[in-house]
Amino acid sequence: MIAERQEAPTPESDQTPLVAMDNIRVSYGGVHAVDGVHIDLHAGEVVGLVGGNGAGKSTLMKVLAGAQPADSGEIRIDGKAATINSPRDAKALDIECIYQTLALADNLDAPANVFLGRELVNGIGTLDDSAMESATRQVMQRLNPRFKNFKSAVVSLSGGQRQSVAIGRAVHFNARVLIMDEPTAALGPAETAQVRDLIRQLKAEGLGIFLISHDIHDVFDLSDRISVMYHGKIVDTVDKASVTPDDVLAMIILGKKPEEASSEELAELQIQAEAAKHDAPS
Amino acid sequence: MSEVSTPARLSTLDRLRAGLGRASEAAGAVIRTADIDTRLLGLLGALAIIWVGFNIASGGDFLTPRNLWNLSVQSASIAIMATGMVLVIVSRNIDLSVGALLGFLGYTMAMLQITWIPETLGLGLEQPFTWIATLLVGLILGALLGGLQGFVTAYGGVPSFIVTLGGLLIWRGLIFSYADGQTLAPMDSTFRLLGGGPQGSLGEWPSWIVGIIACVAIVLSLYMSRRRKRKYGFTQRPMWAEIALAVLLCGAVLAGVWVTNSYPWPEALAARYAAEHGITPPPGGLNIPTGIAIPVLIMIVVTVVMTYIATRRRFGRNVFAFGGNPEAARLGGINTRRTLMWVFGLMGLLCGISAAIQTARLNAAVTGLGVQNELDVISAAVIGGTSFAGGIGSIPGAVLGAVVMQSLRSGMLLLRVDSPTQDIVVGIVLVTAVGLDSLLRRRRG
Repeated sequence: MIAERQEAPTPESDQTPLVAMDNIRVSYGGVHAVDGVHIDLHAGEVVGLVGGNGAGKSTLMKVLAGAQPADSGEIRIDGKAATINSPRDAKALDIECIYQTLALADNLDAPANVFLGRELVNGIGTLDDSAMESATRQVMQRLNPRFKNFKSAVVSLSGGQRQSVAIGRAVHFNARVLIMDEPTAALGPAETAQVRDLIRQLKAEGLGIFLISHDIHDVFDLSDRISVMYHGKIVDTVDKASVTPDDVLAMIILGKKPEEASSEELAELQIQAEAAKHDAPS
Repeated sequence: MSEVSTPARLSTLDRLRAGLGRASEAAGAVIRTADIDTRLLGLLGALAIIWVGFNIASGGDFLTPRNLWNLSVQSASIAIMATGMVLVIVSRNIDLSVGALLGFLGYTMAMLQITWIPETLGLGLEQPFTWIATLLVGLILGALLGGLQGFVTAYGGVPSFIVTLGGLLIWRGLIFSYADGQTLAPMDSTFRLLGGGPQGSLGEWPSWIVGIIACVAIVLSLYMSRRRKRKYGFTQRPMWAEIALAVLLCGAVLAGVWVTNSYPWPEALAARYAAEHGITPPPGGLNIPTGIAIPVLIMIVVTVVMTYIATRRRFGRNVFAFGGNPEAARLGGINTRRTLMWVFGLMGLLCGISAAIQTARLNAAVTGLGVQNELDVISAAVIGGTSFAGGIGSIPGAVLGAVVMQSLRSGMLLLRVDSPTQDIVVGIVLVTAVGLDSLLRRRRG
């Protein structure tokens, strides 16, 4: 399957990946944060991106979002080479990113945050706050109908509400590619379920979604394919149906495909996994 | 203390307390439903206390048309710069150079009208274009030098504290390259009108016209905001609150005009005017109402324009977003460096306006021009509710802050408090105001 995709694009347009990142490299001061990575994403697909801390997941996604320029490599959107040097470039290509930090201006209200950097103005360049509030109310109606706080600074909102504002930004501008960096890390169970439903809904609408998560269950629940990163490289990209969570965990920890790992390593891992299961809240 | 009276007194006290609680709750509800900025209201309250307090302490000398008119003129130059300082501090920066830049720009404008235009260009003194040419050069140079400091801060990565500290020394030093520290005087007679004074004021009818235009603008803007809200089906202020607000604001404007018109020209000046225009003065002298001083009119226009820029323009929104979270602003696609450079450019432009007002008012450029103004400007912004943490600040608040500071100084002057003691009091008020503000903010969450 994967080998097929790397061949020349087939005539059918639905075979052309929505996003293809080739040979992407980013290094900070001699450390290769991202080291020659290939990854792609199709419309209506969720690709889970997993790996330990410092594996390069977030850096790779920042390259796509324009927040971190790549040292080298190529990005193709719909098969066409794209230059992404700034967040503005990425947004112009309908790539939206929901950062783990949410990237909200805490002192501003929800509408100002949804439209941050893309404010609506009228004919003479005056901000059209009413139009922005109205659009924000519409998008929130869909994402989080209980959201009522359109006038307060977002610093005073709950974690889930803040998350809604950050997601609302991506949804309002009709993203085609959505990057979600740990979207449920700061949320309670009810809000997590809400975000999961939303991801399924957006996928059904044909968005391509990169999902970064530490939560292997989230990833298995939501993804179609899973890419595992280790020390700046992709270990493997696998179809969810063809692997077990334990296989993925093994790749995350060992940085090798299961068939490449020695039996000692796998046995050691088994012990660690058992221990982790006891620690993890159900 | 008898056993019987204690519970009775307690219950009276309780009833009083409950009544006060209800009253304050009701007031709170009114403020909430009327959608009024409470911080601004607090500042107005503080100002009212200061004014009434000084009036009582001075035996009625503070709340006179003459004193209030002077207060308005004295506040103008600091208030104008404070509107720019709000944006500088909101963007997590500081500008220590405003006083020195004001001095340098003041000297440049003085050189232009006293030496360069009349002698170097050989065009002579008192040309009709002198004032506007001088003013434009001052404003443009101010914007460029401010923008230069912004450029070094934003693109060079040097903290604004350092850049503007350097600027303070450089601009102050450059004054001496012009005139070896000599005073330049007198200024062009038209230019001098920018400084206020009886002649540099609008007079009776123009002042009323300005007041009426302001009232129309207030009512129109309230109406437009209401119509916008109705269009989108948002909750509107109740009609009574809308009308009350309009009446209150227009009343304040017209009262202000009335006060400035109640201050007549000084007798000697009025007599000279009468003689020049061949008017026989009536017994008791000619009564010429002064009206709104030109620098005060400039201050009002600057306040309105800067409030519009800060709250209703993309640029202002971006400055506040950057102050709230620089990384979020960058990730949101805002060109944060260019925005910062503009903030400092705007600050420099406002220094140019204030420089014109101060040199015109003094009718001279002196080496002490603008000394310590940076401290007054920063204090005004901070008393007006601008937070050093960034992202929070209000332009009308800063203007009120400037008026509060000037009121304290002029009130203490009336009470013959010496200047070092004035500094001590202003210092204490500054720290207390910011302390109270942060306490209230923490309590509100």
